[in-house]
Amino acid sequence: MWGAVRAGAAASVRPADAAPLARARAQRSRRSRSVVLVLLGALVIVAALSLAVGAYSLSVPDLLRTLTGQGSQSENFIVLSLRLPRLTLAVLVGVAFALSGALFQTVLRNPLASPDIIGVTGGASAAAVFGMLILGFGAVATSVAAFAGAIIVAGVIYLLAWRGGVVGYRFVLIGVGVAFMVQGLLGYLLSRATRNDAQGALLWLVGSVSGARWQDISAMAVVLLVLIPVIGVLSARLRALQLGDDLARSLGVGTERTRLVLLVIAVALAATATAAVGPLAFVAFVSAPIARRVLGTGGLALIPAALVGALIAAVADFTAQHLLPGQLELPAGIITGAIGAPYLLWLLATSNTTGKGA
Amino acid sequence: MTPRLRAEGLSLGYDHIPIIDDLDLDLVPGAITVIVGANASGKSTVLKGLSRLLKPEAGQVTLGGRNIAALPGKKVATVVGLLPQQPIAPEGITVADLVSRGRYPHQGWFRQWSSTDDAIVAQAMAATNTQQLAARRLEDLSGGQRQRVWIAMALAQDPEILLLDEPTTFLDVTHQIEVLDLLLERNREHGTTVVMVLHDLNLAARYADHLVVMRAGRIVANGTPTETLTAEIVRHAFDLEARIVSDPVCGAPMVVPIGRFHGRVPAA
Repeated sequence: MWGAVRAGAAASVRPADAAPLARARAQRSRRSRSVVLVLLGALVIVAALSLAVGAYSLSVPDLLRTLTGQGSQSENFIVLSLRLPRLTLAVLVGVAFALSGALFQTVLRNPLASPDIIGVTGGASAAAVFGMLILGFGAVATSVAAFAGAIIVAGVIYLLAWRGGVVGYRFVLIGVGVAFMVQGLLGYLLSRATRNDAQGALLWLVGSVSGARWQDISAMAVVLLVLIPVIGVLSARLRALQLGDDLARSLGVGTERTRLVLLVIAVALAATATAAVGPLAFVAFVSAPIARRVLGTGGLALIPAALVGALIAAVADFTAQHLLPGQLELPAGIITGAIGAPYLLWLLATSNTTGKGA
Repeated sequence: MTPRLRAEGLSLGYDHIPIIDDLDLDLVPGAITVIVGANASGKSTVLKGLSRLLKPEAGQVTLGGRNIAALPGKKVATVVGLLPQQPIAPEGITVADLVSRGRYPHQGWFRQWSSTDDAIVAQAMAATNTQQLAARRLEDLSGGQRQRVWIAMALAQDPEILLLDEPTTFLDVTHQIEVLDLLLERNREHGTTVVMVLHDLNLAARYADHLVVMRAGRIVANGTPTETLTAEIVRHAFDLEARIVSDPVCGAPMVVPIGRFHGRVPAA
């Protein structure tokens, strides 16, 4: 009775009917392949620059020699101990923020639904600064506090937005409100701090990959290794969710449960990344929309989004270190903020005229 | 044999505001059932209840005699499909991608895309004459083309019972006929049970094997178009004076509304 797969269905398709479909598919996968390759190429170039350029610059052959373990002692120290951890962390948190933003935006069908806009990363900052300034936490405990802060804020938003189900715009509006509350708390904490303490806390406000520690890198890597396959398995459901709750449910997707699971994954990614580097502003917010625009196929574009996130984080850190006038070294989060803010304005200015969501 | 979809003592509502009260409806397998009624008579709500989109406040919907709420969602989705009135699609999605997403319930954790899926998607597109649109973006299509693509997606889901909420809204008359012919063809050739909400009474009468007339959350008539579209029932359900004549094309009843300014003069 469940009519599994109707017998003979495959036999009755005329080649003339199947051909345009196959052509459309091939065209689409060619496009995603080339987008992924270009992004990977760009990422390799930025990575090479980040490792080679600095107060002590290396030539390409020197860099390759060092990476294969044949560098001099000073080259080894500069490239492998100073620059490589920083680059690795930037790439990993870029991927994590981008995937987190892509999941939030897709699940809630709203381009503004991103952990940095709705206060999830802000919650992490507030908890970290609270731990540092009030409770006197060390580095590791502060990261744990940041992780917990993101989870708590996300949980509060979810519960406040719940009305027998979660709707995207309500989630976003409550999230924006919570983000303001969290900012207020941060301002209060900083105003009570001594100048020295405030300087240290500042990193939690903007986000920076300088001083990357291997324990942060491995924590981020483990979380990505566990969650990326889970996202892969859930991507079919995510694609159904893109068609709206009614259609998704009629296709057999348990929409509320799926949404909750995907949001938990997204929060875990953002929380881990923020615990490692602070809230790298707007990476989560812009990566998926940029990837989808470049790809232009209406697909989920999770892999291109992850690569765009990695690229933005790496470029932002490189820019912050080397490209600003007057030897000024800034935290990477200032650069990502400078990229993201105009996009936010553009989105707010255009979204109502076109009336289209994520 | 297609399982039977039935509503038994079904009450539905939103946020505890009742819309449908104690409704019994038996959908004949292999037939086309059309639900008509005035605005806010609960037509779409019934469709949502039948397809598990709304949880019953009382009563149940059964599929093949089993409570649909207790069956796994994906299993139900291989038998019952619903095309909502205004489905949404991500920006930039291509026709091929959209239609392919209809295959979701037939895929498992490990059973990924297969050549059978490919064949069924190609068939669905051929049946709706959308195969040449495969590489186009949905938003670049005309309203009629877009609706055919959505129906192709619903056909790719390959349900034995297909529910459609006003599939002809926003279409001009040519495309309305095109869409309804397509559904009739599907019904006659594949035996797909079709249940749809329509606004146009005359098209409803022409395409329906069974007509369900609703008013204020209750069924006021249920039967063949000839049985159900009488002047009296139309007056009761729509508060409309009308004359019923025979459709010169197919003999189905045709509702000719009278209104305030016409038809008061004794017929010549």
